[in-house]
Amino acid sequence: MNVAATDAAVHIGLRGVTRIFGTDPRTRVNALGPIDLDLRRGEFFAVVGPSGCGKSTLFDIVAGLSPATDGTATFEGRPLDGRTVPEGVGVVFQEDASFAWLTVADNVAFGIRRAGLGAAEVKRRVDDTLAFMGLRDFAAAYPAQLSGGMRQRVCIARTLVQRPRLILLDEPFGALDQQTRLIMGEELLKLWRETGATVLLITHALDEAAMLADRVGVMSARPGRIIDLVETPWGKDRDSRVVADPRFGEITARLWTRLRDESMSALSQKAG
Amino acid sequence: MTSARNNLLVILALIALWQLAYWAIGDLALRPPLDTLCKAAALIASEGFTAHLAETMRAFALALGIAVVVGVGLGFCLGMSRLAGEVGEPLLVSFYSLPKITLYPIVLLIFGIGMPSKIAFGAIHGIMPIAIFTLGALRNLPPVLGRTSRALRLNRWQSAWTVLLPAARPEIFTGLRLGFSLTLIGTLLGEMFASQRGIGFLLMQAIGLHDTDVIMALTLLIVAFAITASMALLAVDKRLRHGAA
Repeated sequence: MNVAATDAAVHIGLRGVTRIFGTDPRTRVNALGPIDLDLRRGEFFAVVGPSGCGKSTLFDIVAGLSPATDGTATFEGRPLDGRTVPEGVGVVFQEDASFAWLTVADNVAFGIRRAGLGAAEVKRRVDDTLAFMGLRDFAAAYPAQLSGGMRQRVCIARTLVQRPRLILLDEPFGALDQQTRLIMGEELLKLWRETGATVLLITHALDEAAMLADRVGVMSARPGRIIDLVETPWGKDRDSRVVADPRFGEITARLWTRLRDESMSALSQKAG
Repeated sequence: MTSARNNLLVILALIALWQLAYWAIGDLALRPPLDTLCKAAALIASEGFTAHLAETMRAFALALGIAVVVGVGLGFCLGMSRLAGEVGEPLLVSFYSLPKITLYPIVLLIFGIGMPSKIAFGAIHGIMPIAIFTLGALRNLPPVLGRTSRALRLNRWQSAWTVLLPAARPEIFTGLRLGFSLTLIGTLLGEMFASQRGIGFLLMQAIGLHDTDVIMALTLLIVAFAITASMALLAVDKRLRHGAA
């Protein structure tokens, strides 16, 4: 299903990746796969799927947070072991993961300080990142004083300051209201353009996927497999105004057509 | 500022209530606030009081130190492992609800009469609430913090020390406040029943002599100390929360 890509152009490679939870044959759950997928270096890839289809399981495997049961997953040609998150991978979760006991600036500096960067370099990078994420005026504030959207910006900034080559986002705007989501989406596009990083976005919002991604992977109900790959025609300079493009409707319609049966099936899985 | 005013109002109301109670009950069992205050001042100035106070403070400080280190350590170890936590928590809670005074004869047999028994008895009171709060604090942390530490490439101990412990700190501190009061109770109780020195001993002696003046003065001093310390700890507690509820 994938276009043939040279090794250098493949940033994340998944071959026959599956994930099974539990060992007892009566209770074990086939959560994922098999999945074959290549993420190209520098592309913006979104994954949509019915709830419970294994999107987050896929996310954990790509992040190196949990291992695949079968198959191989590689990042820049090196296998992911599921125990350590490789250098060069930045992760943003759906839940608020800001550190309540640190100021915004210290939150952002946390990772690079741990990595042993010099104080001057830490300050320079943190200042740049705060400015980029529109957090400069809040550098001395604590997360509890900020809105949910601003706290998620802090988490993105904390990841971004490490200059990841691959940015993984697991429903990062799931807890935010619609207007904030659109704005954060535009900021994510800007961030992607300016850093040149590869982005993998897990989302349940079809319009978000259609607006932000170069390619959208549609997952089936559990065990999640990629059942469709949809390319979007937007250029690199796109923003939220693409929602007015007639092709936007066609793309979301196609995504929904593919997803509808899977969502029904996911619902009956839950009922059963 | 309003909270300071409210505190002052509560204190004034309590003093007024005390005075009213004195008028109702009389000299038989109570002394009025002003007399008690004068007696307390005289007691502090009296010969030998400083030695008793120093004895109690030393016992209390050591007991509190032991309670904090052992309590946080125990709670932390149990909190880091799901299995250990599930096994350990019911044990902690049942020990916490046990009236510790029933253990006093055993403590005396082990440590003898004097300083070590007081310290042990104070620490026994403080360890459990501190351990229970620490364990609860770690268990209630959102799982995303653990995932975030892994995403930031921290190992288990770095994650515990730089993320989980600071995240749990406000709730652990609440346990410390409770542990502080209970350790004070334990230390004084220890002094009351098997000691020749300390504030608890003075109190027990005054009870034996039915010296209402001294009983009231000592009680006032203990209450004043406990309230001051507790308010100071509460202020630190609020600061640790950085504006969060």
